[in-house]
Amino acid sequence: MSKYTEDDLKKELETQEYEYGFYTDIESDTFPKGLNEDIVRAISKKKNEPEWMTEWRLEAFRIWQKMEEPEWANVKYKKPEFQEISYYSAPKQKKELESLDQVDPELLKTFEKLGISIDEQKRLSGVAIDIVIDSVSVATTFKATLAEKGIIFCPISEAIQKHPELVKKYMGTIVPKTDNFYAALNSAVFTDGSFCYIPKGVRCPMELSTYFRINEGGTGQFERTLVIADKGSYVSYLEGCTAPARDENQLHAAVVELIAMDDAEIKYSTVQNWFPGDKDGKGGVFNFVTKRGICHENSKISWTQVETGSAVTWKYPSCILKGDNSVGEFYSIAVTNNYQQADTGTKMIHIGKNTRSTIISKGISAGKSQNSYRGLVQVHSRADNARNFTQCDSLLMGNECGAHTFPYIEAKNKTAHIEHEATTSKIGEDQLFYCNQRGIDTEKAIALIVNGFSKEVLNKLPMEFAVEAQKLLEISLEGSVG
Amino acid sequence: MLEIKNLHAGIEDKEILRGIDLEVKAGEIHAIMGPNGSGKSTLASVIAGNETYDVLDGDIILDEESVLELSPDERAHKGVFLSFQYPVEIPGVTTTNFIKTAINAKRKAQGLEDLPAKDMLKMIREKSDLLEMDRKFLSRSLNEGFSGGEKKRNEIFQMAMLAPKLAILDETDSGLDIDALKIVANGVNKLKSKDNAVIIITHYQRLLEYIVPDFVHVLYNGKIVKSGGKELAHELEEKGYDWVKNL
Repeated sequence: MSKYTEDDLKKELETQEYEYGFYTDIESDTFPKGLNEDIVRAISKKKNEPEWMTEWRLEAFRIWQKMEEPEWANVKYKKPEFQEISYYSAPKQKKELESLDQVDPELLKTFEKLGISIDEQKRLSGVAIDIVIDSVSVATTFKATLAEKGIIFCPISEAIQKHPELVKKYMGTIVPKTDNFYAALNSAVFTDGSFCYIPKGVRCPMELSTYFRINEGGTGQFERTLVIADKGSYVSYLEGCTAPARDENQLHAAVVELIAMDDAEIKYSTVQNWFPGDKDGKGGVFNFVTKRGICHENSKISWTQVETGSAVTWKYPSCILKGDNSVGEFYSIAVTNNYQQADTGTKMIHIGKNTRSTIISKGISAGKSQNSYRGLVQVHSRADNARNFTQCDSLLMGNECGAHTFPYIEAKNKTAHIEHEATTSKIGEDQLFYCNQRGIDTEKAIALIVNGFSKEVLNKLPMEFAVEAQKLLEISLEGSVG
Repeated sequence: MLEIKNLHAGIEDKEILRGIDLEVKAGEIHAIMGPNGSGKSTLASVIAGNETYDVLDGDIILDEESVLELSPDERAHKGVFLSFQYPVEIPGVTTTNFIKTAINAKRKAQGLEDLPAKDMLKMIREKSDLLEMDRKFLSRSLNEGFSGGEKKRNEIFQMAMLAPKLAILDETDSGLDIDALKIVANGVNKLKSKDNAVIIITHYQRLLEYIVPDFVHVLYNGKIVKSGGKELAHELEEKGYDWVKNL
């Protein structure tokens, strides 16, 4: 068989489209809708990937085909039509706008409330940025500093090319292709994401953030992130953006894998603000994420998340505490308003001796939304003296929303020490009147009460993120009391 | 400053205030006394604009303007302050943060910039000293785990910070021991000027030993049944509330 060229493939795909009875003017860089082995191969080829990667994707695809979409989460939604999605499109060619005057004023108002700088506003809303000396030099200095320390921080596709040994060794070891329906799908079709490697004994001198990968732009539908902290190293990683991320892609299924070697520490912070749908629950992103980290001896992984967006969220950042004396932490704020649904929590798997985990979950529900905490604390038989402390607090606003807690505890070692505390409270009329009486209007009062409620988690965020996250909570709950 | 005319107010179908007339001028201290359930706290809440209560008739005029259409925060910006009988707890929000938010909200309504941190800090020091407060309370969550007395002292601290035109103290004396009562009364007296006014709502005349009122009104069954000078408080204490029931 002669070499299968890209042109051949394109032709074949076009014909296929035609067979199905419709034809659209396909932009050169967008694949037709649907998913099959050819599409998977084509994605791999687009990305110029080595053979092993293509095979890896194909295997994932075959696994995915045999899987069923899970239904155990406490969310209701119309399942996506997987054959109606286009699995590859080149970096979005959004029309560049000439100035901020052309941007939706509502969006600008939100930016202003968040205190986002003008340059950042331009970047987020797709306005051409003039060359700003400052930000260019910041990015350059940033890259130089990292290189000096031997830190690798690049798009995952670049890592597959330049550091195949690391990717091959670690990708899929924490979240295997077989793990779940969405992880399998992601493994087959991921196109974007980040890779990060911190060498032995290196303390990453700055917060690593996708923000700095400015040339990357946009966020993918199927992101894949791999962070490896070698022995004795430290890294703090920030993901996401407080600005409202509007995206035509309805389904988002990311996979994040963290590896903390002996004595290493990874702090992973997320702010997620995908489009939650409108006031009537129309539209909005489905966010089905698999995030997991493994802790080797004396290491620590700390997940902090602020989830305010998405119509449906399904997300359980977890820690496998394999090494003795390792520590896992999960700090979460999940806000749901209008018709949003969130089923989120964590899994702490205690395998090593003297392993410790802390779970602090703050759920805030307003409107007609449903907010669930789902958490598993598992203590294996070898895990002597494992300790867990879990605290789940729910705050309700109004009478039409719901808060649910699903804690699972499995302990196979008698020395385990597991604590679970849960509270449910409601923002009371008396609290609001008290604030009002002091001259604080109702919207601001809610923000104050919610921030107070979420404080323990907000305090875990890196400083610059915390301030933005605080404002974000305020904006997410706007109009929730009327 | 404050003029209440034929005020009728209640909750759902129940009328609690049945025609109250009261005039408070700048520089005056008025005491409102009465047995339990006479409508004292309702009156305080209605002046402050609590929407749990419906105003059925009459008017509340502050500085020659009716405030009936104003929300509680707008009334606060006009200088109304209510020291709550049962101050609420707000977990995770420190007293400092709370009072800072309140002061800046008021300033914003007046078209002023936020108060610089330095000035805020100075004022906090000054006012907490005035009320002999342990400053550790200021960094604790608002009223959370505070004793009854600590909560009341915190209310007066907030009053000192906000410097209201019209302060209504609703049963501020309950839960205070004699030492705390003296400190709080001393604080209120120091904050008193010819430009502001205070309404003290109390069951007992104990607090009135330390904050001497210009006028005393007796509220019974939603109406002011008797008004007089400070000596009326003593008369009440002697004769008991049964006396007013027969007036």
